[in-house]
Amino acid sequence: MDKILVGLKRVVDYNVRVRVRSDGSGVDTDGVKMSINPFDEIALEEALRIKERGEASEVIVVSIGTADAQQQLRTGLAMGADRAILVESDTAVDPLTGARVFRALIDRENPGLVILGKQAIDDDNNQTGQMLAALWERPQATFASKLELNGDKATVTREVDVGLEVIEIDLPAVITTDLRLNEPRYVKLPDIMKAKKKPLDLIPLGDLGVTAATPMKQVNFEPPEDRHKGIMVDDVAGLVVALKEKGLL
Amino acid sequence: MSKILIIAEHAEGSVNPCTAKCLSCAADIPDAEIHVAVFAVDGAALASEIATLALVSTVIQIDNLANANSMGAIVAPQIVAIADGYTHIFGPSTTFGKDLMPRVAALLGVNQISDVMAVLGSHSFKRPIYAGNAILTVEASADLPVVATVRTASYQEADNGGNATIEIRTVAAADIPEHTRFVELQAGASDRPDLQTAAKVISGGRALASAENFEIIFKLADAFGAGVGASRAAVDAGYVPNEMQVGQTGKIIAPDLYVAIGISGAIQHLTGIKDAGTIVAINKDAEAPIFEVADIGLVGDLFTIVPELEAAISG
Repeated sequence: MDKILVGLKRVVDYNVRVRVRSDGSGVDTDGVKMSINPFDEIALEEALRIKERGEASEVIVVSIGTADAQQQLRTGLAMGADRAILVESDTAVDPLTGARVFRALIDRENPGLVILGKQAIDDDNNQTGQMLAALWERPQATFASKLELNGDKATVTREVDVGLEVIEIDLPAVITTDLRLNEPRYVKLPDIMKAKKKPLDLIPLGDLGVTAATPMKQVNFEPPEDRHKGIMVDDVAGLVVALKEKGLL
Repeated sequence: MSKILIIAEHAEGSVNPCTAKCLSCAADIPDAEIHVAVFAVDGAALASEIATLALVSTVIQIDNLANANSMGAIVAPQIVAIADGYTHIFGPSTTFGKDLMPRVAALLGVNQISDVMAVLGSHSFKRPIYAGNAILTVEASADLPVVATVRTASYQEADNGGNATIEIRTVAAADIPEHTRFVELQAGASDRPDLQTAAKVISGGRALASAENFEIIFKLADAFGAGVGASRAAVDAGYVPNEMQVGQTGKIIAPDLYVAIGISGAIQHLTGIKDAGTIVAINKDAEAPIFEVADIGLVGDLFTIVPELEAAISG
């Protein structure tokens, strides 16, 4: 296979507990640590391993957003991607528009695989990979925990509600990653230096000929309802009494 | 008036209870006519079962050999083939629905509303974002079909008592792709209650420290007649298989009783249990965040407490 396309979304870091703005207009992201979406990091790691096994020649990382996302693309390059593309957009794009952007890039790059995270941990949508596969009229292997390539086919193990489902798909195809596909490598300092010299292309969203989809209107953000702090019991006997009082035993 | 199509989930000849939960969500949409579509090899028995659910007016049965394993890429074009005239298409926010529904949405040229937790109007919905740290109200365009997945933990199963018409439809074979093939399902056989529908769930975390030690969780669950869950850490460490993971990227559940044992309570885990009736936490760290949301907390060594609790219940 020639190329693998990997999506890297810039999101609020996994460890940050975001706060909803008091006027309900959004969540407060000022000064908050930003990272690569963890599922996307797993996607990149998988692409790099495929390339290192000699089953692909080039790994291209793609992000959609403002210039800030160059930071995450540089991290991707430091992990080992060969080049990066930033599709420039002043605003966050909705999943269908994002899928259309990837669809347009597929026409330019002609990859054998597109690997995306199964969901971004900010909007938790879990849509883009499936949408891209639909627009591309190609297979999708979502929530992948194991991926084996065999020529023009791939065997993918998927994490599903009842266990693990194994499917075989024709390539090219879209894979979306689950947590246990791999453990992403750490970036080493010399790689960060090297990454600065790797190509990072900027493509204005308007240049791709993509029709923007109708986004959902975001009317209001609110904090979740708090659960009230309950009681502490001293021992198992106390626990049994408390459970009986609630009719749970 | 809204005309809603719900996509039924089923396996091994049984309708998954999440279908009746999607129905409860759809029933919150005012002035709605509700249809349910079932895609199977031979869906006659499934269709008859769904026809008894209250509020369903029509069950659409689409039989095809390609539907043996409910794969998104196979089912999506069949939904699109019958989508005309529907204002809403709903599926469950299970791995089946999550795989399938965005593919349907893209084919219809719309974005999807993921994980609907409340219906405010025919085109206005609430959904969780940031692992449940924020609740977003979204408004969909009234001119476009609404494709959504339903956060099933937010809904009860709809009652029986319906008597829907069953309509058999066929979809042209040319519309069904052959590029995706089922190989096998590796599912752990278990006679315990299903994690997603169990009234009681006992979960274990990293503190169990090994697959062998996790046995005490299973034994306690059996004493309670409960399903068994786990934190991401316990699954990542290989103590238990992936289908037991509870949380943002695992299963979102709403049992009457949830007992978290040796689970610290990362926000990603808590979002999976926030609708539980009663949360019990057992942890040796009194500062663990799980105690912030627990209704009943007990600080101590789980290896002492769990066998003692099991004995107390069994005795």
